[in-house]
Amino acid sequence: MGSIILYTVLSLSALAAISAVVLHFVAQKFRVYEDPRIDEVEHTLPGANCGGCGFAGCRNFAEALVKAETLDGLNCPVGGESVMKEVARILGKEAGAQVPMVAVVRCNGTPEYRPRTNVYDGVKSCAVAHLLYTGEGGCPTGCLGYGDCVDVCQFDAIHMDPETGLPVVTDDKCTACGACVKACPRNIIELRKKNKKDRKIYIACVNQEKGAICIKNCKVSCIACGKCVKVCPFDAITMENNLAYIDAEKCRLCRKCAPECPTHAILEINFPPPKAAETTEAKEQSA
Amino acid sequence: MLRTFKKGGIHPEENKLTAGKKIRVLPVPEMVHLPVIQHLGMPARPLVKKGDKVKTGQLIAEADGFVSANVHSPVSGTVSKVDLMMDAGGYRKMTISIQTEGDEWMEEIDRTPQHKPDINLQPEEILKKIAAAGIVGMGGATFPTHVKLTIPRGRKAESVIINGVECEPFLTSDHALMLEKGPEIFTGIKILMKVLGVNQAFVGIEANKPDAIKLFRDLAMRHIGISVVPLRVKYPQGGEKQLIKAVTGREVPSGKLPIDVGTVVVNVGTTYAIYEAVQKNKPLIERVVTVTGKQLPNAGNFLVRIGTPIEKLIEAAGGLPQNTGKVLYGGPMMGKALPSTDIPAGKGCSGILVMPLEESRRREMKVCIRCAKCVQACPMGLEPYLLMAMSERRYFDRMENERVMDCIECGSCSYICPSDRPLLDYIRLGKSEVNKIIRSRK
Repeated sequence: MGSIILYTVLSLSALAAISAVVLHFVAQKFRVYEDPRIDEVEHTLPGANCGGCGFAGCRNFAEALVKAETLDGLNCPVGGESVMKEVARILGKEAGAQVPMVAVVRCNGTPEYRPRTNVYDGVKSCAVAHLLYTGEGGCPTGCLGYGDCVDVCQFDAIHMDPETGLPVVTDDKCTACGACVKACPRNIIELRKKNKKDRKIYIACVNQEKGAICIKNCKVSCIACGKCVKVCPFDAITMENNLAYIDAEKCRLCRKCAPECPTHAILEINFPPPKAAETTEAKEQSA
Repeated sequence: MLRTFKKGGIHPEENKLTAGKKIRVLPVPEMVHLPVIQHLGMPARPLVKKGDKVKTGQLIAEADGFVSANVHSPVSGTVSKVDLMMDAGGYRKMTISIQTEGDEWMEEIDRTPQHKPDINLQPEEILKKIAAAGIVGMGGATFPTHVKLTIPRGRKAESVIINGVECEPFLTSDHALMLEKGPEIFTGIKILMKVLGVNQAFVGIEANKPDAIKLFRDLAMRHIGISVVPLRVKYPQGGEKQLIKAVTGREVPSGKLPIDVGTVVVNVGTTYAIYEAVQKNKPLIERVVTVTGKQLPNAGNFLVRIGTPIEKLIEAAGGLPQNTGKVLYGGPMMGKALPSTDIPAGKGCSGILVMPLEESRRREMKVCIRCAKCVQACPMGLEPYLLMAMSERRYFDRMENERVMDCIECGSCSYICPSDRPLLDYIRLGKSEVNKIIRSRK
């Protein structure tokens, strides 16, 4: 009895010793060198794996950062400047300039402006509804309102407004990772430059149909009249395929375009109320 | 024991309310709208502009490329608009609208009702005529017929199968056509056999149409090589691949076409249109549409000019009932709910189904209980529950390996699901995304 235990212990110990020696040499022979800075950089990154940087995940991005010659064009939109500075410190490189961005929903088709002409009772997913038909309103490019963008947001930054049926972005929480931009089957959401005090001015419409057609479906659609293009002093507004677009880079937030728009398709957000003298409407009213 | 296909299949309530009803001719509408794309492939190029006078049967939009189809004016009158207009999906497509004035036909069209059984043309000439007439698959898929009948090099057709199955519940347009235009359809089959160079033709008819089977059997006595195959009633037997399996016992492999197993399948409606085009010079400007619904007082089969607004069809069938929930373009299984009744009936419109509110509502989706009924019902041998789960999680690359592109969108899975899961909706999403992946590879 005692000898069985003895032999077992001895043979297993011998096996363990041999394996240890073999493993030691194998480990040395097949050793893969990995830059320890990759781990360090990865820990600095937010770890959301959102893909906003253009890489598959944070680990992937960390590898790219360590390999890269300069950090220009490599940005973590979630972590922002502070994270990128920390990364630059670890790697001993200069952090590239980062323009803070924010997601903007370019549709204002609330039931009030865009009457619902039918009822959809299918799958509550924009991607599915988009394949089937135009949606409950008549606009073929307007927001469907089933919240695919809300589902993909990892930062709780976008919500459906139950009254308007449109998504609303919380600017403070939005990291501009771009997940909602990709999720929207109608390409309504755009990442735009973040301005001071979260001020925004943009055209809340992506309909490229002729004005006469799209105005029938939605009262606040861009009818491509071109008034905003004419009034813009900075050439920031362009008209293409029956749709005006404000270039956020060129726009100086002068707000001249918004009162010109006959359909109120240009939205001004977080601005102080316009002074009475500035708008023609107000002038008429006071007169 | 009647023949049928093996894999899957379901048996929905038939509801063929309009079976045996005579085809009624709908009066020429005041206005027709003709989308330049009523077929699969490239949109046709409009040849007319606003203010042009057109005659019935005149070519108004020309096929753009090989996989495309001509569009002819179904009425005589003035072109009132060539502009974007809503189609069945609600999206705007280029559409030619014509205001009707009188009914003046092109001279070359033979409008006499006599049956012309003698085929004098050569196969190439016939094919040209079919292409010129703008004929597309009238069962609903609207694939241009001349493309289907052009056999690729190195392949050979052995038989042609005529699809008189009409497995969709409610629809009876093919049934009515078979009963009234039997001899003409047989001439159409003869034309098809000549074009394809085959000496064998099968007409597949489901057993719920005994009168059509009897009539066709009597007619087949007088034609060599044409045989009638009665089939057991099972949905989706009208699917091309299912019908081939049922009639010949051959299985079309995944990703292959019927011609790979030596067959060509043509719908009876298309066969009749081919007869009219070849023997009577009449382009595809009319078709039989079943307008039905449990509450329609005057439901029936109508001979309709293509481009007639659906509103007119419903009016002819007794008007829209008060508690209508949905109007479907097509049958209850594969039809599409319409966002508006101003939409015109196209070449592929086999039926209009008006559903009451309480029947049209979707039931609430519950969790999957892993009963595998969808797997059992799928006629293509797919696993719908798995495809839906993948689509929900956006694993589109994996869906391709699960043969999602084989899905024929028959809806058997969604129909059979005891948890009312919208399986087909998600599979359709997967199909469109996988299609994008496949295209981006090229």
